[in-house]
Amino acid sequence: MADKSLTPKEKLIWTGIAVLGALALGGVAIHRGETINSAWLVVAAVCVYALGYRFYSAFIAAKVLALDINRATPAERLDNGRDFVPTNKWIVFGHHFAAISGPGPLIGPTLAAQFGYLPGTLWILVGAVLGGCVQDFVILACSLRRNGRSLGQMARDELGPMGGAVALIGVMVIMIILIAVLGLVVVKALAHSPWGAFTVGMTIPIALLMGFYMRHIRPGRVLEMTLIGVVLLLFCVLAGGYVNHHPGLHAAFDLGPETLAWIIIAYGFASATLPVWMLLAPRDYLSTFMKLGTIFLLAIAIVTLRPEMHMPAITPFIDGTGPIFGGKVFPFVFITIACGAISGFHSLIASGTTPKLLTSEPDARMIGYGAMMLESFVAVMAMIAACVMEPGVFFAINSPGGVVGSLPAEAVATISSWGFPVTVETMDTLAREVGETTLFARTGGAPSLAIGMATLFSGLFGGAFIAVWYHFAIMFEALFILTTLDAGTRVGRFMLQDLLGNVVPALGRTSWYPSVFITSAIVVGSWGYFLWTGVMDPLGGINSLWPLFGISNQMLAAIALCVATTIIVKRGGLRYALVTGAPLAWLLIVTSTAAWEKLFSDEFRIGFLAKARILGDQLAAGTLSPELAEKAPQLIFNANLNAALTLFFLMVIWVMAVDTARVCTRVVTGGEYPPSSETVFEPTRLGPDLAAIPEPTQL
Amino acid sequence: MTARLLTTLSSLWRGLRHATGDDAYERYLDHWRTDDTHDEEEPLDRKTFHARRLDEDWNQPRRCC
Repeated sequence: MADKSLTPKEKLIWTGIAVLGALALGGVAIHRGETINSAWLVVAAVCVYALGYRFYSAFIAAKVLALDINRATPAERLDNGRDFVPTNKWIVFGHHFAAISGPGPLIGPTLAAQFGYLPGTLWILVGAVLGGCVQDFVILACSLRRNGRSLGQMARDELGPMGGAVALIGVMVIMIILIAVLGLVVVKALAHSPWGAFTVGMTIPIALLMGFYMRHIRPGRVLEMTLIGVVLLLFCVLAGGYVNHHPGLHAAFDLGPETLAWIIIAYGFASATLPVWMLLAPRDYLSTFMKLGTIFLLAIAIVTLRPEMHMPAITPFIDGTGPIFGGKVFPFVFITIACGAISGFHSLIASGTTPKLLTSEPDARMIGYGAMMLESFVAVMAMIAACVMEPGVFFAINSPGGVVGSLPAEAVATISSWGFPVTVETMDTLAREVGETTLFARTGGAPSLAIGMATLFSGLFGGAFIAVWYHFAIMFEALFILTTLDAGTRVGRFMLQDLLGNVVPALGRTSWYPSVFITSAIVVGSWGYFLWTGVMDPLGGINSLWPLFGISNQMLAAIALCVATTIIVKRGGLRYALVTGAPLAWLLIVTSTAAWEKLFSDEFRIGFLAKARILGDQLAAGTLSPELAEKAPQLIFNANLNAALTLFFLMVIWVMAVDTARVCTRVVTGGEYPPSSETVFEPTRLGPDLAAIPEPTQL
Repeated sequence: MTARLLTTLSSLWRGLRHATGDDAYERYLDHWRTDDTHDEEEPLDRKTFHARRLDEDWNQPRRCC
């Protein structure tokens, strides 16, 4: 089908890419030496993406969605010069990528590396090309044909009030969990790290200064303001080294996890209630520039250095005994990788700002499918960064003390006994080199990713400045995690105001301060609570919260795919339903299995109910240490709460799936169903210049 | 040669300003002048325009995990 438009030369090139991709992927899969060069992964990834984009996304654009270059987009029809603006497609691509790329694809693969590089990498590639990119692309195209409506609105229009309500509440709860986990990652990265705490802390006064500059001194001068901010920030990364060596300052910024958690909670509340120009928007400019720049630098470092990876392809931990999080490779590799392959959150962006900017309908392919491909490549790079360090070091950084032993000597003995040799000296030297007190049990993924990135970056400069690069990497991770956190809190507040406004109209007024304070406090209090439980948890918190985050994110993706499948079936019956139906079915299987295990597994580290039960028994029998006995009632309550939440997610997703099946069956059998909310065709008036661009999506 | 270099540089600069939203107000004014469907008598001033734009931008999910 797709071959019709290929010239013999093109056929030859694409066959070459396919063969090269197959060889690289085969090499990655069957290689069993001491080390493997990361170039294998890069080549395999690039070939898979190229094939997926050229053939599969073209098929979806032409056949499934029938994108039409002659159809006017919302940006053209509703152009108001502010939020609906026809924009150059590369600029929209940049904005969309900046919006979808978050810490998930960096942290997920780092944690999933406990299974070895192979399971995670395969899912990042397959999941993205057949699932994540498809979701982003289809939702963008659907929103594009509905005046840029949001996912929640589309769910209500296409499925009915029930689907709409479930989607809305589901999205809110998911947001709460997500923010809590991200907050925990920051706490773990900055705890007892004065250099990191100072640098990240300084982003707040820098942002306030930038905000004031752009509001009152030079309104709207984004470039000037960002330049000032970036220079100050880089200076602070360097100044952190001084802080670290200054006894008084060292003590002032040496913060424990509990203090940090409170600071983050206070920060979240402040940024959600203060006007956006003060803190949230300027920090976001800073974070976006840092993020794009650092990702670009990481790509350059990996391609230039082509480092050897020391992690085995598959570790014994696929049986579920891994130290970083409990659970077998199926389903937990899928839950852990999450955003690097399929991220439900993207569907909120793809049905938010982006559809209001597109000049031409077929651009949705490059922006929806293409940006997610790039995001997936970021996940591959994170996997490489995690696997270039010695596995012993990787496990020593990422394993909580509650699992491998809280004393360094215990930890190295346990980890070495698994066949991943590491010594206390190696860990101490590394910690000293990067300007940290210790690197043992620095869970959460961020510190080990920072070590991987610092090794690569300093490699570009002949091995110099590793401490500065480490703290640069920590700053970069914390900066954009905190941006997600404050933006998420604000959006959560709006959603809650929207919901509560149906009951008490005054609470729905987004600029009425009592309502702003009450709803912000509820949102911050909710994620703050989970953050607090994560900090308290002797197993490191990431153990319980990351799987919950993965499950919730994948469930959001399933909600998006439910909406997408309904729309596709309404358009053309069952013919192309599998394009979104197959990834939806897969997500249902994966998330339901994972949720079931998190609920009912008898293993202490997997099942929430088992954890509550075992702790309860131990508490009653008096076999717990005094310290743990004191925390136990709280830990039992948290485990039960997590179980209830998992059950809630499970119910949300199955209600959505059944509702989707109901509507689709009616479409196919000719019953009654909500009519498609697609806007009527209006021809574009942007002229022949645009329409004359040869369109690769035409097969 | 120099002329071509200057053209390239200036288009890069324009691209950067456009991508970062640095020229958003100028674009808004252009739009205001060419489009007669707007309600206001006068275009917004620079400060009000940016204030309103920021508020609109941050009322919806803009950053992801």
